[in-house]
Amino acid sequence: MIKITICIGSSCHLKGSRRVVEQLQKLIAENNVGDKVELGGTFCIGNCQQGVCVTVNDAFHSVTPETVEEFFAKEVLARV
Amino acid sequence: MRKFDTKVQHLKYKVLREVARLAWEDKLIENVIDIPKRLVPGKEPTMRCCVYKERAILGERVKLAMGGDQNNPNVIEVIDIACDECPVGGFEVTNACRGCLAHRCEDVCRFGAITFDHNHVAHIDKSKCKECGACARVCPYTAIVSRKRPCQNACKIKAISMNEEKAAKIDNSKCIQCGACVYQCPFGAISDKSYILNAIDILKKSEKNPHGGSYKVYAVVAPSISSQFSYAKLGQVVTGLKKLGFHDVIEAALGADMVAMAEAKELAEKGLLTSSCCPAFVRYIELNFPSLLKHVSHNLSPMAALAKYIKETTPGAKVIFIGPCTAKKSEAHLETVKPYLDAVLTFEELQALFDSRDLDIASLEEGVLDNASYFGRIFARSGGLTDAAVQAMKEQNIDFEIKPVVCDGIEACRMALLKLNKGVLDGNFIEGMACVGGCIGGAGCLTHGDKSKSDVDKYGREAFEKTIGDAISLLK
Repeated sequence: MIKITICIGSSCHLKGSRRVVEQLQKLIAENNVGDKVELGGTFCIGNCQQGVCVTVNDAFHSVTPETVEEFFAKEVLARV
Repeated sequence: MRKFDTKVQHLKYKVLREVARLAWEDKLIENVIDIPKRLVPGKEPTMRCCVYKERAILGERVKLAMGGDQNNPNVIEVIDIACDECPVGGFEVTNACRGCLAHRCEDVCRFGAITFDHNHVAHIDKSKCKECGACARVCPYTAIVSRKRPCQNACKIKAISMNEEKAAKIDNSKCIQCGACVYQCPFGAISDKSYILNAIDILKKSEKNPHGGSYKVYAVVAPSISSQFSYAKLGQVVTGLKKLGFHDVIEAALGADMVAMAEAKELAEKGLLTSSCCPAFVRYIELNFPSLLKHVSHNLSPMAALAKYIKETTPGAKVIFIGPCTAKKSEAHLETVKPYLDAVLTFEELQALFDSRDLDIASLEEGVLDNASYFGRIFARSGGLTDAAVQAMKEQNIDFEIKPVVCDGIEACRMALLKLNKGVLDGNFIEGMACVGGCIGGAGCLTHGDKSKSDVDKYGREAFEKTIGDAISLLK
């Protein structure tokens, strides 16, 4: 199981965490990996400057709505 | 810039600030006894008959700042020695009565309580007077006044009476802890207990402290904060909170968004619902209309719903709610809420906390606070919850005709509940707010005023998310 946690604190929210969440949900559905990937939210991870902050099994990643597809392919799909 | 509405609030604040300052330095126990003298030095009294009485009262305020009487379950307490034992004569004719010919007062009195002496001056027969106030309203000289105590006047649910020494007494079996008397007593003789020491202790032991533990502390702030700290920007308040040691600041309005969605569903299911956001309103139903309890929404309040989410997503996290409300202090002690809340502070107490660390928030850089939608944010004012419920119906495509009854203040709540009890309420959703104006009228606000509502609405419009669904989509 891969656990993706997205920061939904104020700063990341304003940088587009909702769009990141929506796209991840879409990508998970499209790739049919819903049973292998778990999506969750958390408040501030403490890296506001690098938001949107995302962790994959506790490893930190900086993601934007523009880079989310690339991130998903590299960090998630590759591990499934 | 003015920080408080009244000098009583300022006095209470100074005590809280001193207590907090010593607590941060771990010097409270040794120095607590000196606080009154530090605040009232010298020999000239400025408030009461002598400095000794002033200090004695301050001593009581220190006790309240440190949590108050542990044996009294009520979060609102009377400081007996501070009570000025105001007159309690009820309606009286003053010497402004000119002995006119019209005698409107006599005509309007339905109880025959008004008589006249040989100079045509009116007198009120106390054995007949029902204190309705009709005579006072019609007198062209406003010669009839109500000599009711401000605390009793403020307490619309009649929980305040006099004890044998004529000091105010709170009936705990009636009190809903709204704090109206706290704000209205001109002598500051009624006060809410403070949990500021609990908050400081939690902050001191958090991971932000070099010698602290491993947990994070979250501040959940009520949306009415938008009408407070007007001398600074909201973003600066957020930075100030982080400097105090909070890991993150989150809007209680996000909890309100969650509640709006759930409450809309619940209303459509049950067909009749009363809101559960305002703890004083819920308590009022418990005490006075137990048969209506089945209509109270089963949802947690926005404060508790959000705190629960935080605790579930961040193991070990501590949550401190900061708002305008004294009743929230008691809500946090409920069995259903206790697991999620670690302390509750008011805006008054937050101001004291800032100043106890000498944080000039107006000079800080601006942080950001944006979690909730427009609708979650306007919960802070009367009518906002209803607007949100209507919107939540729409967003969830629920086909249900909501007929809201917006109750602004506990008197309006009482009227609606009486009607509901008799089965003659024209509506199917009661929005109950104990304070007039909604949360912005809360006793724990630094300032109250006409501008508060427009401040809240403006803050609502500034929300990044425009719909409730978008705001809470992140939570899944």
